[in-house]
Amino acid sequence: MKKLLLIAALTVAATAGALAGNISVIGSDTMLILAQKWAEVYHGQHADTKIQVNGGGSGIGFAALQNQTTDLCDASRSAKSTEIANCIKAFGKRPTEYKVALDGLSVYVNADNPIKELTVAQVGDIFTGKLKNWKDVGGPNLPITLYSRENSSGSYEFFKSKVLNGSDFAASAQTMQGTAAIIQAVAKDKGGIGYGGAGYGAGAKHLAIKRDDSSPAIDPTEENVVNHAYPIWRYLYIYVNPALDRGEIASYLNWIRSDAGQKIVKDVGYFPIPANLRSN
Amino acid sequence: MKPRWFPPRPLEFLLVSQNQTDPEKRTQGWMGIRRGHQAHPIEWLAERFIFLVSLTAILMVFLIFAFVLREALPLLTGEVSSAAVQPVIPVADMDKIPAEKLRLYLELTPQQFATMDHDTKKLLMETKVEGAQDAPDNKDAKINTIEWRYLLFPYQWSGYDKPVYIWQPVSDIKKYNIIPIVIGSLKITLVSLVFAVPLALAAAIFVSQLAPPKLKEIIKPAIELLSGIPSVVAGFFALIIMATVLQKIFGYESRLNAFVAGIALGFAIIPVVFSIAEDALTSVPHNFTQAALALGASRWQAAWQVVLPAALPGVFAAIVLGFGRAIGETMIVLMASGNASIMSGNIFDSARTITATIAAELAEAVFGGDHYRILFLIGALLFLVTFLSNMAGEMVMQRLKGKLEGKK
Repeated sequence: MKKLLLIAALTVAATAGALAGNISVIGSDTMLILAQKWAEVYHGQHADTKIQVNGGGSGIGFAALQNQTTDLCDASRSAKSTEIANCIKAFGKRPTEYKVALDGLSVYVNADNPIKELTVAQVGDIFTGKLKNWKDVGGPNLPITLYSRENSSGSYEFFKSKVLNGSDFAASAQTMQGTAAIIQAVAKDKGGIGYGGAGYGAGAKHLAIKRDDSSPAIDPTEENVVNHAYPIWRYLYIYVNPALDRGEIASYLNWIRSDAGQKIVKDVGYFPIPANLRSN
Repeated sequence: MKPRWFPPRPLEFLLVSQNQTDPEKRTQGWMGIRRGHQAHPIEWLAERFIFLVSLTAILMVFLIFAFVLREALPLLTGEVSSAAVQPVIPVADMDKIPAEKLRLYLELTPQQFATMDHDTKKLLMETKVEGAQDAPDNKDAKINTIEWRYLLFPYQWSGYDKPVYIWQPVSDIKKYNIIPIVIGSLKITLVSLVFAVPLALAAAIFVSQLAPPKLKEIIKPAIELLSGIPSVVAGFFALIIMATVLQKIFGYESRLNAFVAGIALGFAIIPVVFSIAEDALTSVPHNFTQAALALGASRWQAAWQVVLPAALPGVFAAIVLGFGRAIGETMIVLMASGNASIMSGNIFDSARTITATIAAELAEAVFGGDHYRILFLIGALLFLVTFLSNMAGEMVMQRLKGKLEGKK
């Protein structure tokens, strides 16, 4: 550790004043691994740029952005109008929004469940508690157990607005502390159903999803998410105070949206954004 | 005689108040420091310092309560509104309305308002309009959902087919009915007490009255060792192992539920109930037992019919303190209860507790917003309950000790 600090100190001394920069990133837990990986690889290429990454949730990221305690804010949802208003109050401008990755949410069921595909509306009815038994959607006579995320999670809000059309989750939905916990619970529960990142795999079966009754069932693969054929997807964002969007920070943001940065998105289990969205 | 050169003791009346008139006792100062000869100045300083430190603990309790209550207070005075739809003023009318009205509409402090330029205010006006466009088209959108009747009584929200008690704080229409989570807390606490109290009391009676001294030396520390298990480890154990085993035994439907969490919580409160009850039973004077035995009672009869009744207030205190510990415990219930805010009395249903709700939701709640305030409100409620139960327990315990030692 000491050695590392020494090297860091020497590097700083060597490039003093030139390009030495610290970038702080706070925000979404969903994006935490991705953001850490970006920071690690970028630091490897630009030793004089130190990037500090923290999680906490998209809301925490926006709070830090408006308090100006962070340079970049990771968010797994777009900013709410109240958050934008708070930023304007703090630094007089709207924060700049960059789309940096695509994420598909999978719906998981137990591996023994014969159901292979559902429509978005059916998934919605299951999670709002209108459908309570698997036989209602053509499966075995088995009660459905719902596994959801804590309401502080970005996935929770996204799933609620996209799949449940803003209705409340059924009160009987058990809330788990993370996607891995949901997969573990679904893997142990024959009647279980849960949702989470498409990148998470083993343990439970990913359902193919139909946009409506007449559309084909689509698997949550990279190709299907990137061309938006799979219906449950979202963008992941980075927000920045426009006054800070220059020098080191601007080149970091450009690098994230370059091929090199988007390759890391794929490695971590999310999906790269299409080329036409990379320059804005 | 050396002159007394350090200051007199200003707080002495607090410390030895009852024995002011008795010259025999007066020479025995606080902590015995003045016994025999006057305290060294450094000792005197150390004494004051320790006194201050012990005061700090009391002060902290009041500060924490004051802080929690202060954060919740705007709710009680009705200053916060959670209505999803707020009235909107078109951007074009910006210059027509009075400055003060504009300031309140944009939620700015007078200082912010004075220093902010016109364009920035216009940007803010635009976000207000955008916010109104995002707002849900819903008959409940104008309701301020943090009024008491929505917090405590059922209401038929749009999209629901009957009036419900419901906790849905992240929603288009935020629903903050606290009854389901209060019930969840009480349900899990009850299960844990029903499980832990008989076990802990039996162990306490055995250790204090019946066990041979050698066995006692093993059992007592072993049970107290239970309290050393970090609650996150106990919760983890409950989540992975106990939930599966108990489901196999009882065959209920939901794997994580109030029952699993209650049993795991029981392990956390056994040492609390055990050590206080054991303390109370041991403090019953030995001649009670001896008198009973001399009159021909068996050891069991002496324990059950003489010692236990004498120590009953202490046993009560043990249960009350166990209750305080159980209802305030967070990590175990967060991990093992399934955290679904169901309004149900069935212990095999999943349950959401007050503590788990605060732990899981506070991180994302907007600072100073209605959700944030509600979480502090239930926190204050929890604090009051544990404070009162702990105080009741301690008071009963002190009285019992006084009575048994013949002081009163």
